[in-house]
Amino acid sequence: MLPLFVAIPLGVGFLLPLIEEFRERTQFFAVTVLLETGLLLALSLVKFGEESIYRLGGWRPPIGINYVLDGLSSLILVVISGIAFVTALFAMTYMSKYENLGKFYGLFSLMLAGMYGVALTGDVFNMYVYLEVAAISSYALVGFNRGPEELEASFKYLIMGAVGSIFILLGIAMLYGSVGSLNIADISVRVSEVSDQSFILLSTALFIVGFGLKAAFIPFHSWLPDAHSSAPTPISAMLSGVLIKVLGVYALSRILFNGLNLPNLTPEILTWIGAGSMFIGGMIALGQKDLKRLLAYSSISQMGYITLGLGMGGIFMSQGKPAVATLALIGGVFHLVNHAAYKSLLFLFSGGVERIFGTRDLSQIGGITRVSPVSGATGTIGTLSISGIPPFNGFWSKLVIVIAAIWGGLYPIAGIVLFTSAITLAYYLKVQRELFLGEVAGEITDKGKISPGIYVPLLILAVCCIGLGLLYLPEIRGIVLKPAALALQEGSEYTKLVLGL
Amino acid sequence: MLTYLLAFILFAVGLYSVINKRNLIKIIMGIIIMEHAVNAFLILIGYRLSGEAPILEEGMAISEFVNTAMDPLPQALVITSIVISLGVVALMVAIAVRLYQHYGTFDITEIRKLRG
Amino acid sequence: MTGMSPIVKTVTRWVSPFILAFGIYIALTGHLTPGGGFPGGVIVAGCFILITLAYGKERVEGIFDLKSASVTDSLASLSFLCMGLLGYVFGGGFLNNFIQSGFPGKAFELLSGGNMPIINIAIGFKVGGSLFVVFAYLALFRAIEEE
Repeated sequence: MLPLFVAIPLGVGFLLPLIEEFRERTQFFAVTVLLETGLLLALSLVKFGEESIYRLGGWRPPIGINYVLDGLSSLILVVISGIAFVTALFAMTYMSKYENLGKFYGLFSLMLAGMYGVALTGDVFNMYVYLEVAAISSYALVGFNRGPEELEASFKYLIMGAVGSIFILLGIAMLYGSVGSLNIADISVRVSEVSDQSFILLSTALFIVGFGLKAAFIPFHSWLPDAHSSAPTPISAMLSGVLIKVLGVYALSRILFNGLNLPNLTPEILTWIGAGSMFIGGMIALGQKDLKRLLAYSSISQMGYITLGLGMGGIFMSQGKPAVATLALIGGVFHLVNHAAYKSLLFLFSGGVERIFGTRDLSQIGGITRVSPVSGATGTIGTLSISGIPPFNGFWSKLVIVIAAIWGGLYPIAGIVLFTSAITLAYYLKVQRELFLGEVAGEITDKGKISPGIYVPLLILAVCCIGLGLLYLPEIRGIVLKPAALALQEGSEYTKLVLGL
Repeated sequence: MLTYLLAFILFAVGLYSVINKRNLIKIIMGIIIMEHAVNAFLILIGYRLSGEAPILEEGMAISEFVNTAMDPLPQALVITSIVISLGVVALMVAIAVRLYQHYGTFDITEIRKLRG
Repeated sequence: MTGMSPIVKTVTRWVSPFILAFGIYIALTGHLTPGGGFPGGVIVAGCFILITLAYGKERVEGIFDLKSASVTDSLASLSFLCMGLLGYVFGGGFLNNFIQSGFPGKAFELLSGGNMPIINIAIGFKVGGSLFVVFAYLALFRAIEEE
């Protein structure tokens, strides 16, 4: 069953441009992609919680490529499919005025195929190939409108992304040179037997830089605001909601936790990179006027929380505190799921705002709740969730991270997390004041454009934002999040699953 | 070891070009140089002095094969990475040409509408 | 584009059939000798690119225009995927070699690779088509500029 996750989007991705060569059928493309993502969502829900491996071509693991489904990858699959489904639903109405939609949906499907591949594969080089499939499609999608700004953003993203990929490839080359294997589970067995650890440390550094460029950690972030604000809205939601997580944080933590068994100092580096991204991203977001750019900087900041949670988990694992480590990892994974939900909600919402007012400049617009109550309400839920107001999901994941930091004795980290939460609240209060409340400002270009096709996806995501808070309950957390955290924590379980030792 | 060093110098040349040059085409060339440096490094990992093609012929002992054959895996990886870099470079060149049509220049400091 | 000098045209006319044949050979025997779908496809695309450069793009358009190149591109990728799925259905795993009976195959025999030659041909078409599309689009940019 596992190869279907890659094969279905790959097939759709090649089929749609082929059909477009003969006939332009916008609605047909949109419905096909919607069905495809729906099917994948159903598949990933069916497969959820299962543990299995799949041998590609029938070769056994250390020799051939294998797909692994464990707690973490099944959770990631559900996140990808869920966001992709909602985005496809949104794009059906939103993108209908654009041209070349066959190519748009084709690239969208190829990007999905790449992300599913990254989530499933158990082979480092295969991961690189899938990563490039997803990344190249996203470069093209960012510049899809072909205006000067879009092309510039796309070029910037392309250069940074290409440099990141080259760093990753060099890291893989070095790893293969010193360990002699490309299978993640096999690497974890062999890596401790290598006498000269310097090459492994060097390749770890290269991985952190390379995946850091993909995930937009703070020294490497400059492409992200441009790319996210220039892309078509559904693509912004996909990029921010899943792409930077799957290509950046997930791939990095898979290699570092399961493959290299966390070399010295890496958890500390991850933690401080996370703390830095969180803080600086939040500070820059405070000064933004453009709604999408604000959301993009806030993405950098929120990615910091995820990285911080995972890094703290690593620190506690090396200190021999497994219970705290599990909690910190759960915090990171929980925040990943939450951020996927509310950030794609907010990006889709910003697309709706742009439809209503014709601009995204916060100082020129206002009073959206009066113009369109439904999208105003969903946007409010999104901002409340991301700034960590209690009943919504963002609060619970931040709470888990703070509890883990305090329980483990990392008080400065807990302080930074709390302070950044305050900053987040501050800039979303600014959005609240300027966009939602107050008198209607700005020209309302076309009120009738806010059709059900725009706000139904927003409603779905808003319900998710409220519902995902339930994951905090220990019973549900034990079923959904704990296996994901344990998949990172218990490297030996992963090895056992893949190699059958 | 010297050969590894040469690959790294090539890599550094490419990185310098990407970071320091202002012309879009020179940046693209920097990316290409970096990619080729990594490819050369991958090939050098699998290289063995006076090694043979890794084909197991009839009547050949496994131990002899292991002692003489080169490692074929890096070569397979290199052709994959060449294909990927082909795609990336094609996209980069296409976008650079488009940018040239809009702005009439390849200078990156003049192509600056986005800020922040 | 009206093409290059008579020398180039003549040489191209002499050489291009051989380049095409060599590309096809490389793609067809990819499972036996060094080479395979990707190098073969590159050589085939190189042949068409050479003709375009020497004679101008009107000459090639009769044989291999942009639309048919991108259709080839998509069809070839789809057929590769079909081979993978057929392996999934008949061979028990994605991309399993479901045609081959004996292992290992006989050396230097064309029909000894099971599904490998078919996959190589698909890759050859895919690479040839997409490389030509890349070239043709970049040439198209230039044509717009000259107008």
